[in-house]
Amino acid sequence: MTSPLSDTATFEAKDLECIRDDRVLFSRLCFTVNPGEALVLEGRNGSGKTSLLRILCGIRLPESGQLLWKGEDIFRLGPEYHEHTAYLGHKDGSKQDLTPLENLRVARGFGKAKEGITLEEALDQVGLYGFEDVPTRNMSAGQQRRLAIARLLVTDAKFWILDEPFTSLDRKGIEHMERLFEAHLQSGGMAAMTTHHRIGFKEAVKLVRINLSEL
Amino acid sequence: MSTLSLTSAFILLLKRDLVLAYRRRAELVNPLLFFVLVTAMFPLGIGNDPKLIQAVGPGVIWVAALLAALLSLDTMFRSDFDDGTLEQFMLSAHPISVLVLAKILAHWMITGLPLFIAAPLLAMMLNVPTDAIPTLMLTLVLGTPVLSLIGSVGVALTVGLRRGGVILSLLVLPLYVPVLIFATDAVKTSIVGIPTSAHISILAAMLIGSLVLAPLATAASLRISLS
Repeated sequence: MTSPLSDTATFEAKDLECIRDDRVLFSRLCFTVNPGEALVLEGRNGSGKTSLLRILCGIRLPESGQLLWKGEDIFRLGPEYHEHTAYLGHKDGSKQDLTPLENLRVARGFGKAKEGITLEEALDQVGLYGFEDVPTRNMSAGQQRRLAIARLLVTDAKFWILDEPFTSLDRKGIEHMERLFEAHLQSGGMAAMTTHHRIGFKEAVKLVRINLSEL
Repeated sequence: MSTLSLTSAFILLLKRDLVLAYRRRAELVNPLLFFVLVTAMFPLGIGNDPKLIQAVGPGVIWVAALLAALLSLDTMFRSDFDDGTLEQFMLSAHPISVLVLAKILAHWMITGLPLFIAAPLLAMMLNVPTDAIPTLMLTLVLGTPVLSLIGSVGVALTVGLRRGGVILSLLVLPLYVPVLIFATDAVKTSIVGIPTSAHISILAAMLIGSLVLAPLATAASLRISLS
């Protein structure tokens, strides 16, 4: 499960331990993620997948262990690390009272804006063309999920941290989003994700699988 | 490949919060309505003795403003916490304390500013002499931002709790007391005709102190609440 540790690893986790309600979810967990690679977390419900993802993006502190971005501690880097990451959690992180366009504008302002893509194009890419000015609350759960995914496209974040990104998407939507993720990985991006869906990436993408229930 | 400058990120967030408040106008009037109603009830309750009303006037206005601020505090981070946008702030490429300051400023513009505008009218109704009204306004413009700033720390600490309301009041009210004491005393002193520069200076010092420290404390508290 552990790929050979090298000095050049873009993202490296060392000896992570996470304890929740006096239960050790995982300990001494080590892995690296490099450009073009996706870390896929597996495991039964409650095995700590979401906790691990929240640790990776720096919202949650691990009980022990180190997280390094290009060799530097992510908690020391703070915003400098966050400009390289985009997080898609259980909650979509969109404002119900704003339109998709307004939501994306705020999302882009918080991160490092990506050049060469307009907000409308990002909406088009996730299949929300024509919904620019509809209040987000009037959209279906699947459409709101698509909006959350569009948020990933408008920033220049390299490391996508995705918690069940395919929730409430239809079958076509899932395939479409897989193509988007694949394109991100092939252009040198990185990802860490959990999903109960069997991922249909092509072989060009390297998947690092960790099963948290079997540690 | 460009990160928005800190100022434009600040303005973006401020604008976002004001637009959101505007789209929920019904909730917007709540604190103001509370403020006006409480102040209007007092003369009905304590009778029509002009001297008595004048004596309690500044206190009533300030207590009502303080409670109105307390009532509206919970909205500062609640909806952002519920829909996950707060997580996104924490992961933004900008220092959290600056973003927090934008949210506090938006909160003050939504809740504190209307009180400030309505206050002279209510002061006249409570028989506060016209000469003392500028002092009242000055205490409000210095004091209400302090309420929002101190309140933000309390809200940030309790936002992760299911029922944080009671704890929030217990946390925040004791810290509001100094503002209340100096502000009401300033107005009372100016009614008597004594200069109030000492009171005003202390209120200004409180504002500067909380302006510097509260965003940092709030950012740290939010980090604790989310982890």
